[in-house]
Amino acid sequence: MLHTLKPCDQQTSGFCFENSRRNAVLESGLSKLGYNAPKARKTGTTIAGIVYKDGVILGADTRATDDMVVADKNCMKIHYIAPKIYCCGAGVAADAEITTQIMASNVELHTLNTGRPPLVAMVTRQLKQMLFRYQGHVGSSLIIGGVDVYGAHLYSVYPHGSYDKLPFLTMGSGAAAAVSVFEDRFKPNMELEEAKQLVHDAIAAGIFCDLGSGSNVDLCVITEAGVQYLRGYDKPTTKGKREGQYRYKPNTTAVLTKTVTPLSLDVINESVQIMDTE
Amino acid sequence: MAVEYDGGVVIGADSRTTTGAYIANRVTDKLTPIHDRIFCCRSGSAADTQAIADVVTYQLGFHSIELDEPPLVETAANLFKASCYRYREELSAGILVAGWDRRKGGQVYCVPIGGMMVRQPVSVGGSGSSYIYGFMDSNYKPGLTREQCVELTAAGTAARHHGT
Repeated sequence: MLHTLKPCDQQTSGFCFENSRRNAVLESGLSKLGYNAPKARKTGTTIAGIVYKDGVILGADTRATDDMVVADKNCMKIHYIAPKIYCCGAGVAADAEITTQIMASNVELHTLNTGRPPLVAMVTRQLKQMLFRYQGHVGSSLIIGGVDVYGAHLYSVYPHGSYDKLPFLTMGSGAAAAVSVFEDRFKPNMELEEAKQLVHDAIAAGIFCDLGSGSNVDLCVITEAGVQYLRGYDKPTTKGKREGQYRYKPNTTAVLTKTVTPLSLDVINESVQIMDTE
Repeated sequence: MAVEYDGGVVIGADSRTTTGAYIANRVTDKLTPIHDRIFCCRSGSAADTQAIADVVTYQLGFHSIELDEPPLVETAANLFKASCYRYREELSAGILVAGWDRRKGGQVYCVPIGGMMVRQPVSVGGSGSSYIYGFMDSNYKPGLTREQCVELTAAGTAARHHGT
């Protein structure tokens, strides 16, 4: 099969930057006409993770924004990498999504090659080397959490390729709101329910206090035993039930006078347009 | 910052990583092991310095296995210089390489932005270093003991912190 490929056809994998020059020319041309080039959709996110007694808990909100418009009210920001390693993505939505998918496939190949379950440190290393190679142009900030043979680990990776390993982490536009909750109430080796409540509260802080985050709270609990993906763990922003009746009965305001003036109109043109209802 | 004394080196650093005005990590370990007896103090872009340190760790580890003996601090410093100088336009990394080897004892090498490499008995770097040049000039003298070096480094790093 490979013999049929022409020698000049190079097999490219990963990202292709061929159109960057064309895009730059287009953008400079468009601005003269008054149009704006389409902006990359950012997730405007709150993502968080903590290490607790038995493993890690990852949390994320579910709003994806296109500048100032909500593009997706219920998107999934916690991505699968390996059976016991999940990754929350912030930054440019497409970059985060594709990067995590590339990682998941690399991890699968690595697992098959080595015959060992993957390490969280391995995922982090591959991610940071890839992001450093793209010098920050791949705009994805990620929190990677998982359990491997050495225990529970939590890493954050920034778009330029730096990483931090910490017991609690937050990222995204709502990071400051969420980390304030963690700085106040985090303790090492918390119990499951307390830890879930803490992550939920941190994400809720991001949802209420950051304009770029909203909708629901997703949680993902990863332990040695397995993974519990709690999609829609809490929906703190559902519309409340209307408490009272705001319609008034006719004649609540007394009618003093009533004048009726008929308007005589002639029919000039009558046309029927059939609507395509299929 | 890093200080040489007879028998080794003392290195110190603060623990703050920032993105703009937000502190992304308040407990960063900026003292990165490159080999058993060789460390580097990272300043500048976190991504750049982490990537360079990884590359040098690999290169030095490989070299050490080939040689079948512990590597020299000067070798590590030269490896840093090679990467920092070759990619000087793209990188933003100020690194102090400090360690101990059998040949020359405790050594501190400074590899600032641009990729120069020079050995100094005492070296400071990073954004807060300007505040402690005066402190170092007045308090350091050659021939300090290990305890005095530790006190000097601790005081210097703390002073730097109050300054920024």
